[in-house]
Amino acid sequence: MNIKRLIKSFLLWELFAGLSLTGRYFFKKKITTQYPEEEIPVSPRFRGMLALRRYPNGEERCIACKLCEAVCPALAITIEAEPREDGSRRTTKYDIDVFKCINCGFCEEACPVDAIVLTSEMHYHQENRGENIMTKEKLLAVGDRYESKIAADRQEDSDYR
Amino acid sequence: MSQELLTLIWIIAKILLIVLPLFGAVAYLTLAERKVIGYIQSRIGPNRVGIRGVGQPIADSLKLLFKEIIVPARSNRYLFLITPILTIAPALAAWAVIPFGQGMALADVNAGVLFLFSMTSLGVYGVLVSGWASNSKYAFFGALRASAQTISYEIAMGFALVGVLMAAGSMNLQQIVLHQTGGVLHWYWLPLLPLFVVYWICALAETNRAPFDIAEGESEIVAGFHVEYSGMGFAIFFLAEYANMILISVIVSLLFLGGWLSPFEGTTLQSGLNWIPGIFWLFLKSAFFLYLYLWIRATFPRYRYDQIMYLGWKILIPVALVWIIVIGFSIQFQLSPWFRA
Repeated sequence: MNIKRLIKSFLLWELFAGLSLTGRYFFKKKITTQYPEEEIPVSPRFRGMLALRRYPNGEERCIACKLCEAVCPALAITIEAEPREDGSRRTTKYDIDVFKCINCGFCEEACPVDAIVLTSEMHYHQENRGENIMTKEKLLAVGDRYESKIAADRQEDSDYR
Repeated sequence: MSQELLTLIWIIAKILLIVLPLFGAVAYLTLAERKVIGYIQSRIGPNRVGIRGVGQPIADSLKLLFKEIIVPARSNRYLFLITPILTIAPALAAWAVIPFGQGMALADVNAGVLFLFSMTSLGVYGVLVSGWASNSKYAFFGALRASAQTISYEIAMGFALVGVLMAAGSMNLQQIVLHQTGGVLHWYWLPLLPLFVVYWICALAETNRAPFDIAEGESEIVAGFHVEYSGMGFAIFFLAEYANMILISVIVSLLFLGGWLSPFEGTTLQSGLNWIPGIFWLFLKSAFFLYLYLWIRATFPRYRYDQIMYLGWKILIPVALVWIIVIGFSIQFQLSPWFRA
């Protein structure tokens, strides 16, 4: 047993075994994704940029129940609300600090009317100081822009919700 | 007078003919390293600068050229600035005795192997002094490790060279190569196989390459001895390391793989391959060893410090000594075809 091990180590057996493994990998297919030109597929559950949705008739969904504000573990959401002229309850201020936001998706789970959602869009940035506060107008604009994508993602994932 | 001047110019031209391609080779060795390691890790390596990344070394060197050189406030300024030169000078000087073909050496010195041995050993002074002059604990530890390792492996390396000297009966590199004439089986890798392996392992340790790169272990001592260097100072250390890699690859090809001799010598194929210059075979063999450097780096994890010492003192040196005795007997009894009188 010991002699066998001695011979094996002097023949550099394990070193050659390792080299042959890496040598084979040298010729294997490469898995690199050329990022800006190519992208890997994104799950419909991906939690990316925040958005506020509207109903198909254009009415905003959010009813200012403040459940998202309560559930937010990072305290990123600030909501102020009062009755609108027609008597319905709506927000006057809906700010999310995206620097505080940890993209956990609890707000989306808490929302009874599917108003606040996390889109699967991951390419976004801020250029100036202060732009990290996403106001209600900005969030609604994002929602309007990505509505078809948001709806499709929710539809695809509906069996598991 | 004009005759002497002409000789001087001719020598300088020859030096430039060696050094400039060497710098180019160093630049592209860095790219090859990143590509080869990338390929082994299922990646494709740098491919953004130029076609498939061929401009990457140029971009890298331009970046290093324009970076600020920072001299640490409490360092030994004079030593700090002189050590990159101390490192690169032996790495370049060693090329003087390398024969690229029959009679194609800058200096055909009879003690060529001795010169090479001393020059490759001098490189450690640059490492040691730079670690000392930086006045940084990481650089100092890197220098300590590098010098202890280099001194330990120098012994086994020297014994491996002694085996070659005994077999060839000469210290002249051209004579050593010519002694290996007669085909692949006549090259010294076969009769001196254990010494060949010992020499290669020592060469890895001597150039501080993986898996013996504890001198610059990123995880513990940042970058080791050159941690305080930036810009061109760092670039010169880098240049010296890679120039040493190429040098060692060429030396191994000369000593153990028949240098510029064609591998098809003694077979029927050789008559059709006579037009290929010997330098091509030398480059091919060196390129194989350079690839082996990168291959080994991509395969093996770094040695622990005590394991390095164990391997150097307790395994490589005894193996080399035993095989020197075997060679002695082979020469005494004229074991053919390698040790005929």
